Amino acid sequence: MFGFILRRVALIIPTFIGVTLVAFALIRLIPGDPVENLSGERGMDPERRLRLLHQFGLDQPLYAQYGDYLLQVLHGDLGTSLTTHEPVLSEFLTLFPATVELAFFALLFAVCIGLPAGIIAAVKRNTVADYAVMGVSLTGYSMPIFWWALLLILFFSVQLGWTPVSGRIAVQFDVPMGSGFMLLDTLRSGEPGAFRSAVSHLILPSIALGTIPLAVIARMTRSSMLEVLREDYVRTARAKGLPRLQVIVVHALRNALIPVITVIGLQVGLLLSGAILTETIFSWPGIGNWLIHGVQSRDYPVVQGGILLIAAIVISVNLLVDLLYGVVNPRIRHA
Amino acid sequence: MPESSDVLMLAEPAAPPGPWRELWLSFRQSRGAMIGLAVVAGLVLLAAFAEFVAPHPPNEQYRDFTLTPPFWQEGGTVRFLLGTDPVGRDVLSRLIFGTRLSLLIGLVSVSLSLSLGVVFGLIAGFFRGVTETVIMRVMDVMLALPSLLRAIAVVAILGPELVNVMYAIAIAELPHYVRLTRAAVIGEAGKEYVASSRIAGAGTLRLMFSTILPNCTAPLIVQATLGFSNAILDAAALGFLGLGAQPPTPEWGAMLSSALEFIQRAPWVVTFPGLAILITVLAFNLMGDGLRDALDPRLKR
Repeated sequence: MFGFILRRVALIIPTFIGVTLVAFALIRLIPGDPVENLSGERGMDPERRLRLLHQFGLDQPLYAQYGDYLLQVLHGDLGTSLTTHEPVLSEFLTLFPATVELAFFALLFAVCIGLPAGIIAAVKRNTVADYAVMGVSLTGYSMPIFWWALLLILFFSVQLGWTPVSGRIAVQFDVPMGSGFMLLDTLRSGEPGAFRSAVSHLILPSIALGTIPLAVIARMTRSSMLEVLREDYVRTARAKGLPRLQVIVVHALRNALIPVITVIGLQVGLLLSGAILTETIFSWPGIGNWLIHGVQSRDYPVVQGGILLIAAIVISVNLLVDLLYGVVNPRIRHA
Repeated sequence: MPESSDVLMLAEPAAPPGPWRELWLSFRQSRGAMIGLAVVAGLVLLAAFAEFVAPHPPNEQYRDFTLTPPFWQEGGTVRFLLGTDPVGRDVLSRLIFGTRLSLLIGLVSVSLSLSLGVVFGLIAGFFRGVTETVIMRVMDVMLALPSLLRAIAVVAILGPELVNVMYAIAIAELPHYVRLTRAAVIGEAGKEYVASSRIAGAGTLRLMFSTILPNCTAPLIVQATLGFSNAILDAAALGFLGLGAQPPTPEWGAMLSSALEFIQRAPWVVTFPGLAILITVLAFNLMGDGLRDALDPRLKR
């Protein structure tokens, strides 16, 4: 077991080094050097340019520059944002809980609806219920989520006035940010109405972001359930007179869940991709919104640092899923 | 028909259908897949004959008709069936020309990533060893970034332009094709027909491209079909974020984002481009699902 964990952890080291290379190359591949980008429209006299190049270490050979960069990254120094002049890492850490909160509730929504829907579709195979679930999930899977989010806003916020249009909480509340997770912070602050406001701000973005994972989970649950329901032991359980519901929930579902859990783990990348669009539309102050602003305003340290950090998160979560899967399934561990 | 031919048919059963015909017969079983195919065929026709089908030129601004609603709403006119946008351009015509762009983006990016992916995947799966490790580690690095972010990173380097969107999506989708091809090649390379072909004196390139590759096409065909829908979705997302095709290009995502501020007054400028994206992506996904069922008998219902 220990050897298995070590092997998997060792495997991600080259991947991570590769990611730092990509992030390092990114800034150098963009037309114009960073000093030129700093100087703006009017240009800069050559002497000052040379001084700045030296100051940033850009007059050194590439491998030395990369060495310096790697050293900085390992010390947690990801540079400073060109627009806010704040360290990139601290900006990221401030905004990250907002994205985690959004992604968590999106996934919760996806699992709570997708799992039962998939089970029903499998059990009631080739009925109207099955076709409805599969049709809806294929549509959800094909949905441009930025458009879906706009439709949700048009209907629930503009027409019905049920939910707010954007942001994390109404402006009149001034909740001290302790954990960065709005629901926890509003609960702790004890301010009347603050928690409700935070929840109502969370609903539409979670639905928008959770739609594609929901479709994936429903489809996966259905096909995995169908496979398990064909097994002999399920027929035996039915034959010895156990109630149908008990067979489905106790015997079939437990085995059908293994591939579904893997798929849920693999949604992290999808959630982060979706968060970029969802956060932009709902003005959600998370890392997706932050990164897009960085790209649009050519704030390259933000883009570089953001890409590095997001990649690190995806790699770690995939590793975690891998390890958990190894714990659940011994055949993988000993392969 | 003379009787003798009937007798002949009975005596000698018809030859088994060829692989393409078999695929078609199996594909035809799925109603969803056939609907998808019909929609895609219709979209291809629309794109090809956009000049003749569209009632107006895509960038013609009718200044007296800004934000005209669709014809069934009050104030709408049959002259602009789906209404006009904030500068008075016909929404329907722009959508029709947008079909051309979306299909083109899909075609170019899928062809690019498919051909590059097949070459890298073949090399990795055929030669194994260090070559394979290097190629697959590079793909792992790419997969560490979510797909939209991969495309955004490329666009950040190349600049927001329609052509660059195609490159960006091709690069973003590349790892999937490499992984699929490699896995299929490794599965095939150990089989006897490959060994006998090698003994018969087939060279490396011949083994790779004309012995092994044709037997690895099934998963690639499915992935390429689904790749179309990914490409169209990602291109629209990039256009929406202002990182893709630039105005006044009638790209669906860009159309949607440029009319965003009018969403309350004139919802049609936002709903129809989104609907066009959804229908197109759905059609390709239906086709992809049908192809997968047709090509992989194990997954058949």
